Amino acid sequence: MELRNEGMGRRRFLNWILGTSAGTLMASVLYPVVRFLSPPEVPESTTAQVEAGPTNDPELLTNGFKIIRFGAEPVIVIRLSDTDIRAFSATCTHLSCIVGYRKPIERIWCNCHNGQYDLTGKNVAGPPPRPLTPYKVDIVSRGPDQAGTVVVSKA
Amino acid sequence: MSLDRVPFGSWLDRRLHLSGLLEFAGHKTVPHHRFSVVYYLGGMTLFFFVVQVTTGILLMLYYRPSAEGAFESVQFIMTTVPFGWLIRSIHSWSANLMVFFAFVHLVTVFFTKAYRPPRELTWITGCLLFFLIMAFGFSGYLLPWNKLAFFATKVGTDIAGVVPVVGEWMLRFLRGGERVTGGTLSRFYGWHVAILPALATLLLGVHLLLVQMQGMSSPPSEEAKPDRRSMKFFPHFAMRDLFGWILALGVLASLAALFPWELGEKADPFAPAYQNIRPEWYFMFMFQTLKLVPGGQILGVEYESIPIVLFGLGGVVLLLVPFLDRGIAVRGKSPVVTAIGVLAVLYILGMTAWAYGNLIPIWVGLATVVLLALFSLFTYRPQGRGKP
Repeated sequence: MELRNEGMGRRRFLNWILGTSAGTLMASVLYPVVRFLSPPEVPESTTAQVEAGPTNDPELLTNGFKIIRFGAEPVIVIRLSDTDIRAFSATCTHLSCIVGYRKPIERIWCNCHNGQYDLTGKNVAGPPPRPLTPYKVDIVSRGPDQAGTVVVSKA
Repeated sequence: MSLDRVPFGSWLDRRLHLSGLLEFAGHKTVPHHRFSVVYYLGGMTLFFFVVQVTTGILLMLYYRPSAEGAFESVQFIMTTVPFGWLIRSIHSWSANLMVFFAFVHLVTVFFTKAYRPPRELTWITGCLLFFLIMAFGFSGYLLPWNKLAFFATKVGTDIAGVVPVVGEWMLRFLRGGERVTGGTLSRFYGWHVAILPALATLLLGVHLLLVQMQGMSSPPSEEAKPDRRSMKFFPHFAMRDLFGWILALGVLASLAALFPWELGEKADPFAPAYQNIRPEWYFMFMFQTLKLVPGGQILGVEYESIPIVLFGLGGVVLLLVPFLDRGIAVRGKSPVVTAIGVLAVLYILGMTAWAYGNLIPIWVGLATVVLLALFSLFTYRPQGRGKP
């Protein structure tokens, strides 16, 4: 009886050793793999301001708007007049589509789900839950006879 | 082993008929003799192949195959992704170890004459797998898009261009154009991650199926003995296999951690060639041979193309060994083929040593033989010294 107990104890001990070794081995293989799978945090671009071309940019004149790159962010620049130019984040607050501008009805419009924003960026119709983030626009003069340059910066 | 004792065992068995498979595995045996250690080499190569597939898939999550992004993405993997340095180093080290073990496997199969009937097809699929492994190595070498890789690929593909008649076409086919460009990179990437793995999986399946159907071959000297012994595959052989794989994983992790694979400088197609441009070690014997050939022509054929064509023929001869070696099939021995094999191995070792200007390749060759002998102490027990 005593011998048998001792035998069982040894077997259980060995099984435990084997199990924990196998477990540790699996963990030491899986841990780096799981960590590798989760992408590292890449710092956001530190863009402070972007030049968006002249105030009489043909694209601005015909469509009334254009989309520019602000670091990794798309930004919509809307031209209402020579002196009134506005910029907002072009990412729709609903499901992150890129918005456009409908000149005839003076609305910023998202084609994905017909979200609408007014010219202050406020969500006025459709599903968007929040207003668009505004950007600061400066018009830098380049001389008396030349069109100014639109400079967009974080508000 | 009974399926009834496993949770869902009988449920699965009714659907998949696993008991037949278990029955087969239970009866499977492996010959047990003093050269049994060589039976673990194929499994070892397979282990490194599995490591390659796993780490390769992981690397694909961050790698970008373009001239603009490749180097930066590998740099990102090495410096920013958690354990990226480890995964990439393991991929590089395991690639080299896989080539090494595939070569040792091939050499031992050759000298134990395991290719003799009825195992000709196993040999041929094995040789093709070996060539595929070299192609994996060649295509993977370019992917980090560093200077060394760029010029090595330039030289390597140029060599293909020297082959008479089809050379020009081969060069364009390999490079995807006249020059080594970003186009070559995406092409090599396609080969490396899609075409070659698909071919390798197919061939590997056939190779392993043949090994299972025909069993392990015993060397002729052992087969002639009256008191042949064998070892049960489950659990004895499989446990030894597993032991070897865990050992290999330890060696691999140590190598990757202690000697992380370098990335070097980004390739610049308009920069002058690097000093010491050279291919991976397993191409060095061919590289050295080509270096020795003088410039010139004979009957309109460039001297340079002669060794290239000869190496190509060498590959074909290797593939056809089971059919060329009639002696082993008819008389049960073929000393001439063995002698040619010894000369070929000596040539490869000698040329590699010459290329590096040191004796390390020779020492590695000797160490491999010594290690195999040492490991056979674990895998083989002479009769009368306890059960295997």
